[in-house]
Amino acid sequence: MGLDFSVVPSYFGVLLLGAGWTIAITIGAGLLSFFGGIVFAVAALYGHWTIRLPMRLFGWLFMGTPLLLQLFLIYFGLIQVGIDLPAFVAGVIGLGLHFAVYNSELIQASILAVDKGQYEGARTLGLSRGQTLRRIVIPQAVQAVIPPMGNNMIALLKDSALVSVIGVMELTLASQQAISRTYRPFEFYLTAAAIYYVINLGLEAALRRIERRIQASR
Amino acid sequence: MDIDLILRVYPFFLEAALVTLELALLTTILGLTCGSLGAAARMSRSRILRLIGATYVSIFRGTPALIQVFILYFGGPQVGIQLDSFAAGTIALGVNIGAYMTETIRGAIQSVDKGQTEAARTLGMSRWETMRKVVLPQAMRMMIRPLGVNINALIKGTALVAPISVIELTYTAQRFIGSTYKPFEMFLLAGLIYMAIIYVTGQGIAWLDRKARIT
Repeated sequence: MGLDFSVVPSYFGVLLLGAGWTIAITIGAGLLSFFGGIVFAVAALYGHWTIRLPMRLFGWLFMGTPLLLQLFLIYFGLIQVGIDLPAFVAGVIGLGLHFAVYNSELIQASILAVDKGQYEGARTLGLSRGQTLRRIVIPQAVQAVIPPMGNNMIALLKDSALVSVIGVMELTLASQQAISRTYRPFEFYLTAAAIYYVINLGLEAALRRIERRIQASR
Repeated sequence: MDIDLILRVYPFFLEAALVTLELALLTTILGLTCGSLGAAARMSRSRILRLIGATYVSIFRGTPALIQVFILYFGGPQVGIQLDSFAAGTIALGVNIGAYMTETIRGAIQSVDKGQTEAARTLGMSRWETMRKVVLPQAMRMMIRPLGVNINALIKGTALVAPISVIELTYTAQRFIGSTYKPFEMFLLAGLIYMAIIYVTGQGIAWLDRKARIT
């Protein structure tokens, strides 16, 4: 059984729709991981210990176990407690939380590295503790870790393929559907890989632009 | 929390953990091999080799590892490569992590001060001798920690062979979630084993790193 790519074009519509969902998942989970990362970092650093301790455990569990396992937990766990979310939402939450934990680690280190003088200066000027964090410390800390958070975003794009396993109709599952009708796995997975590669190039270019902007604004 | 259930099923998880360990070990060996070859190609004097190295890294880092596993396992037979799921998974994951290790190894080698190479060459050592006697011994010390990061990712990455039905930890957890409807217990059981494996590996790498330090 040789290769025959001539069956691929008639499924372009299906694949591109899948690619659209892959991009939507990446953006949704990316935003969740960005803001979630900030919230987790602040809670882990400044929260009461009844918040800090569970956060630490949660972070540990999410950094020490495979994403696929976490997706199973979230998808089936939510069903078990009676919350029947659409697979897409469960996938976005799973991916978003996973990478929020990684972003939180970056942001925590970055917050601690912000010059103490900034904090003292803001407090002296009459800003409250919360205001100082929100307006002075966190913006600087987050800006400093945009490049490594960008790398996490790239990893997120590729890991979005995993949500196909819980039934989210993105590029990987769309390819599987085409394969189940044509029995041409090599051709379709290769095409999917090429599409992922192109999306990846686009994301990298976008991240480079954002980094340049931030550098220019400094 | 259903302790009885956990006590009943944990032997299956331990057995599966052995498969995960086996996968992780073989993937590490294959990854280090591909990574060393990749780094050598990327730093070679031949333009063609450099291009091959760069293409390898770009393609395998630019596409999802899961798709790479699927291409080899499901697509392989179409081009005459017939592998069982364990072999296909190990090879795909090993070659994948090798692309990341290529960059780690290259980074460590290039972080060795240029003056070292220049001095060795001035002393009459050949390019190869300089690499082997001067640059590599220093670079090896520096790459232990970042390679440890790659290995940590690879251990979690072994879960990606669950979708092609290799009976490892994540597959086992998935199967028991399906049959017992206890996702939390199964997650915890598999998760704790993964964390134990990662913890022990991390300690081993930290030990190697300390040993390799010149104080």
